[in-house]
Amino acid sequence: MMLARETETALKTTPLHALHSASGGKMVPFAGYDMPVQFAPGVLREHLHTRNSAGLFDVSHMGQLELRAKSGRIEDAALALERLVPQDILAVAPGRQRYAQFTNEAGGILDDLMVANLGSHLFLVVNAACKAEDEAHLRSHLSDSCIIEPLADRALMALQGPSAESVLARLCPEISAMRFMDTGPRRIDGVDCFVSRSGYTGEDGFEISVPAEQAEALAKTLLANGDVLPIGLGARDSLRLEAGLCLYGHDIDTTTTPVEGALEWSVQKSRRQGGARAGGFPGADRILAQFEKGASRRRVGLRPEGRAPVREGAPLFADEVSSEPIGQVTSGGFGPSLNAPVAMGYLPVSLAAAGSLVFAELRGARLPLRVAATPFVPNTYKR
Amino acid sequence: MTTLYTTDHEWLRIEGDVATIGVTDYAQSQLGDVVFVELPKVGRSLKKAEAAAVVESVKAASDVYAPITGEVLEVNDALAAEPALVNSDAGGKAWFFKLKIADKSELGGLMDETAYAKHTA
Repeated sequence: MMLARETETALKTTPLHALHSASGGKMVPFAGYDMPVQFAPGVLREHLHTRNSAGLFDVSHMGQLELRAKSGRIEDAALALERLVPQDILAVAPGRQRYAQFTNEAGGILDDLMVANLGSHLFLVVNAACKAEDEAHLRSHLSDSCIIEPLADRALMALQGPSAESVLARLCPEISAMRFMDTGPRRIDGVDCFVSRSGYTGEDGFEISVPAEQAEALAKTLLANGDVLPIGLGARDSLRLEAGLCLYGHDIDTTTTPVEGALEWSVQKSRRQGGARAGGFPGADRILAQFEKGASRRRVGLRPEGRAPVREGAPLFADEVSSEPIGQVTSGGFGPSLNAPVAMGYLPVSLAAAGSLVFAELRGARLPLRVAATPFVPNTYKR
Repeated sequence: MTTLYTTDHEWLRIEGDVATIGVTDYAQSQLGDVVFVELPKVGRSLKKAEAAAVVESVKAASDVYAPITGEVLEVNDALAAEPALVNSDAGGKAWFFKLKIADKSELGGLMDETAYAKHTA
C-alpha cells in the first residue's frame, strides 16, 4: 500500500507549535503552517471526545483583523464592510458576531468569515489560506474610510463540546452568561482575551483570541482539566462535516454563490431586493437575481447508502448508467458520531430535495447516495 | 510457514502454494482508524503490483497492491463487518485475502522480517 510522504517546505508555526509537538501531535503542512492533524488518540477518538466532553483546537493559523472607521464611528466601519459582503453588518449589535462572505463581481465567494462588533470597531476572523488576499481586498476597497489592522501577534484557540462551558467558567465565570454568537473582551485566568461563543464543530463552545505570548500557558491550563483533550485538524474536519458546515475552497469557492451554496440564511432581508440597503456588494446583480428566480444547482448533504466513504471530487450521476455527471462531491468522509459515511456536494435543484437518490462513481462502481438535510448531527448551540 | 514483507507495507504468510496477505502494523499505525475495507472478488486473477483492495481511514483512502501474481482463493469477510480489526490485529485476524501463488520466483524479491524492520526504522 502507498503511504503519504511528507514534504519539507518552509512552514510557518503558531504560538502553540511547541506544545503540539510536546503533546505528541502528528504535524502536517496546512495552509502554509505546520499543524497537528491528530494526537495519540487518533481522529476517531478525538472526534467522539469533542462530542462527549471537550476538545481544544489551535486555529491560530486563521487571520484576525480589526476594522476601524477613520471617523471613529463603528457604524461607518459596518457600512464600509457592507460594500464587500451581502450581510447586514450595521445590524450586528455590540457584543455580537455574524457569519459573512466576501463576494466577487460574478457573485462567487472569495472567502467566508466571522464579523464581530467589539463596540469601537469590527473584529474579523478569516480563513488561513485566504488571509493575505482578504487583507489586500479590504485595503484596496476600504482604505479611504477605514484602518485595517491584522493582529499577527494573537493566537486563536477553540474550546468545543458539552463540557466547554464548565471548563471555561472555572477560569472566567462570566462566560456562562454568553449565548451563541455573543462575543467580547473577557479576562480568562488573568489574560485579556476576546471570546466568542461559537465554533466549527456543531457543538456548544468558545473561540478565544489570546495574545501570542500568553497562548501556551492558557492552553496548558485548559488541557490540565481532565475533560479536555487536544484535537487535530483531522477531527476538526470530520466534526464540521457532520455539522454540515462549509469548508472554504471545497464546499464554497469563487465559482459558487451564497445561494448555490445554500447559505441564503446568512443574507439578511435588508440586503435583498426590496430591503433597506439592497445590493451594493460585489456580484449583487447575480446573487439577488438568484434569490428571486433560484439557482440551477445547490449544495446538499449526502448520505452514502453503503459503508464506503465517498470523498471530495467523486462525480455524481442521476442513475447507474448515464455517462454525464450532474454534480460532484465537495467534501466527504466518515462521520464517527453517525458511524457512517457522510458527504456534501452540488446537484441540480431538481435533485436537491432531501430523499433524492443519486449515484457517485467510486473505483469504477456506482454507489447510491441519498440527499439528506444538514446538519447530519444536530447542533447543540446555546441560543 | 514463512512471513515476507513488501516495501509498500503488506505482509504475506506463505503456506505451500497459498499466500495470505494483509497490511503491516506499521501501515495501520500510519493510516489511523480504519473505517472501511474493500476486498477483491474470489476467483479474480491479480497481477503483481495491481490494486487489489482499498483500506479507508477517517482521513483517506489507500490502495493495497497485490504483492505477487495469483488467483484470489478467499477473502476475509470479517473486515467488512469490523474494519477496525486492521487497527487491533493487522498481522493476524485482519488478513485481507488469500492468493494461489502463480510464480514462486516472485517471492524472491520480498523482504524478511529483519529487512522489513530496517525498512521502517
